[in-house]
Amino acid sequence: MSGKLLSEGPEWSFELIERYDREIARVAANYGLDTYPNQIEVISAEQMMDAYSSVGMPVNYQHWSFGKEFIGVEQRYKRGHMGLAYEIVINSNPCIAYLMEENSITMQALVIAHAAYGHNSFFKGNYLFQTWTNADAIIDYLLFARNYIAECEQRYGEEEVELLLDSCHALMNHGVDRYKRPSRLSADQERRRQKEREEYLQLQVNDLWRTLPARDVAESQQQEPHFPAEPQENLLYFIEKNAPLLKPWQREVVRIVRKVAQYFYPQRQTQVMNEGWATFWHYTILNTLYDEGLVDDGFMMEFLQSHTNVIAQPPYNSKFYSGINPYALGFAMMSDLRRICEQPTDEDRHWFPDIAGSDWIKTLDFAMRNFKDESFIAQYLSPKLIREFKLFSVLDDDAQEQLEISAIHDERGYRYIRQSLADQYNLGSREPNIQVYNVNRRGDRSLTLRHTQYHRRPLGDSAEEVVKHIARLWGFTVRLEAVGEDDKVKVTHECKVEH
Amino acid sequence: MTQVIDRRLSGKNKSAVNRQRFIRRFKAQIKRAVADAVAGRSIVDIDNGEKINIPARDMSEPVFQHGRGGRREAVHPGNTDFVTGDRIKRPPDAAGGQGGGASNSGEGEDDFAFQLSREEFLELFFEDLALPDLVKTQLAKLTDFKSVRAGYTTDGVPTNINVIRSLRGALARRIALRGPHMKRLREVNAELTALQPAPDETQEESEPRRLELEEEVRHLKQRIESIPFVDTFDLRYNNRIKQPRPTTQAVMFCLMDVSGSMDEERKDIAKRFFILLYLFLTRNYERIEVVFIRHHTIAKEVDEDEFFHSRESGGTVVSSALKLMQEIIRERYPLTEWNIYAAQASDGDNWDDDSSTCRDLLVSKILPCVQYFAYVEITPDAHQTLWQEYQRVADAYGNFAMRQIDAPSDIYPVFRELFRKRVK
Repeated sequence: MSGKLLSEGPEWSFELIERYDREIARVAANYGLDTYPNQIEVISAEQMMDAYSSVGMPVNYQHWSFGKEFIGVEQRYKRGHMGLAYEIVINSNPCIAYLMEENSITMQALVIAHAAYGHNSFFKGNYLFQTWTNADAIIDYLLFARNYIAECEQRYGEEEVELLLDSCHALMNHGVDRYKRPSRLSADQERRRQKEREEYLQLQVNDLWRTLPARDVAESQQQEPHFPAEPQENLLYFIEKNAPLLKPWQREVVRIVRKVAQYFYPQRQTQVMNEGWATFWHYTILNTLYDEGLVDDGFMMEFLQSHTNVIAQPPYNSKFYSGINPYALGFAMMSDLRRICEQPTDEDRHWFPDIAGSDWIKTLDFAMRNFKDESFIAQYLSPKLIREFKLFSVLDDDAQEQLEISAIHDERGYRYIRQSLADQYNLGSREPNIQVYNVNRRGDRSLTLRHTQYHRRPLGDSAEEVVKHIARLWGFTVRLEAVGEDDKVKVTHECKVEH
Repeated sequence: MTQVIDRRLSGKNKSAVNRQRFIRRFKAQIKRAVADAVAGRSIVDIDNGEKINIPARDMSEPVFQHGRGGRREAVHPGNTDFVTGDRIKRPPDAAGGQGGGASNSGEGEDDFAFQLSREEFLELFFEDLALPDLVKTQLAKLTDFKSVRAGYTTDGVPTNINVIRSLRGALARRIALRGPHMKRLREVNAELTALQPAPDETQEESEPRRLELEEEVRHLKQRIESIPFVDTFDLRYNNRIKQPRPTTQAVMFCLMDVSGSMDEERKDIAKRFFILLYLFLTRNYERIEVVFIRHHTIAKEVDEDEFFHSRESGGTVVSSALKLMQEIIRERYPLTEWNIYAAQASDGDNWDDDSSTCRDLLVSKILPCVQYFAYVEITPDAHQTLWQEYQRVADAYGNFAMRQIDAPSDIYPVFRELFRKRVK
């Protein structure tokens, strides 16, 4: 049997990595994983920290916030507060996965299975990634973005560009389209069209603000059609297209930040699924290699030790508790799906009549392709898992003196908890709903945003700063109104800009 | 399908630029932290990096997020003994268990701590300071020159002849001067060939013309040969000019009173002051020498260890140290080559009739030679005659400064004050 072993001892070599990759690719293909081609890059710890601090991207524009991130990561790493995650994987085609040189061959195999086949197939298959990102073009686009911004810095000064980027970053989470398909652009097209766009956009803006004869303010507000006609949720997009005072290059920078935000939008919505999927597959693939006699007990011990660390879920009253671990929940749900298919209980048949006893590979594949965290949990969180995790739901209502336990892991609570947990992963409720409501076009050109409150939740303290950032981009007074549950509107923040 | 690439050797400092930008951006906060750090710790190890704390709030990146309040529900794992409908007391603010973990990032009150490198630290430490009149001195005292090459000239001494340039010139000149003669020579030769008589003709007819042409050929060849191979006109010499070189070496005199009244604590304060000055000079000069002079009633040049650690008893004659310093300058540090700085520390004690001697020495001998003379008096008590005499000097001379120090934490402000950037 030992003759079949892929490796002995912890040392890795390029040859070994290739051999493991071949075997893992074979097993993954047997399970029907469909992936982009892989590009596996071996890097050092410092390089890993670099990659970390530029949000995992191999190229990015330069900004102090990445420096802050880098210093933070470096400090924590040096003091041993954190180990570097052993993998970073980039949703690109070819899919780039980093291996750290410090790792043993076991860890390298784990990362290859996890990132290069797990995440990779998720990127390629999940509908959100399909809809919102373009794996072929992202690296090129980032290269374009970095060069463009560097050019702007040379032309208009680092300070100027930095302030603009600060403002854009503040709105990044509110700079994504949720319901439209952005067009695909390669870097070449992007460069060519950027010039045209510059001129065209400015033309549009000028048209929009063409001076009109002054009228009585009250009268004009009555007759004036609302602008925008419908509230707009993509603040950055609205600013890029309509802010009166931005120069063409500034619009382009806004657009770059918006594009990057859009690229990360699916990742923010599929943490549990993505990590769960990748973890499930590294676990399944490496176990298959073990069953085939390709790896030995020592390999498995090291792998399992690392694996169990990753999927550990401390209880709410532990000092290590910091929310639900997406790896733990995701892995448990994926494994549970397989169990429901292979060994369904009566409970499962009652709860999941469609999938109980079906082909697990097909069921998992379907789940991976067609859901995001919110809907995935709402669809597939089983009573058995709720019991295993001992989930309970706490209601915190500021109108009441005390917290209330609204549901626990019992028959009455399953549906409630499932819905409540799904809601917790809904970006729509996690992030405040803020939309462009009105622009006073004939008067002071002020911009009014509306925050539709979710369960009466107010905005955090940082909102005031963000409004200042918006005012910087807009160039005129910016007002933020809150709409309560009773539909009453009141102005909560205002940043006046005098001209 | 899969490609494995070794990227370990490609650049690893991708984040260096972003780090620099971060430091630039938060310079104000970082500088405040640097000042605190200097006040708080021993300056002996100031020449290291420094751990900097900035309140995380100052540098947070604001985004729209939910604040406290309203109605929220959170699911947590690991229920032990709650049942549906239980009511529990709201945990105090900032306690865990609220709002699903993922959303409360950026709210932490913790400081953002990081390490400045030694270079970054000193750069910030010295930022507002400038060596007094350093620039002025460089411009005014350009007595040192270095010789640099500066192309070629047409005259010079034979040792500087540049052979290649000279011969290149000569070749060009020869071609140019020979040109017309060569052309004529070719014409004449062609005509001569044409005059060659056909075998059946007699030679008489063309004979006179032929002789004439042959004469011209001889003449032309002579002209061509007479063009000189090298003419003085061709010679090129390497040119060297003298460029003024700013003096980049400095000597720092440390003068300290070691009489009985200077106790260990005061010496420690003095030492920190000297070290700061030394560090500051290292930023501006390539090479620095330090001379330690200690004195009680008589002055003596000593090494660093003895300077700080041995102790004497008895009275104090400050002028002895000034005299010794002046002698050392005269013997070892010519003014054309050295920038001279002096720092004097004392507790202010002096023999009464010596103080005016000190003033005279300073004014007539020392201040004209030095870039800067800094005097610190380490005493909580009232000033004595030395301070009063020095005060008169300070009023009259711009390159003399004096301050009083009480405690170690006073050093840094005093230091900054002494070497503040001067707006002229």
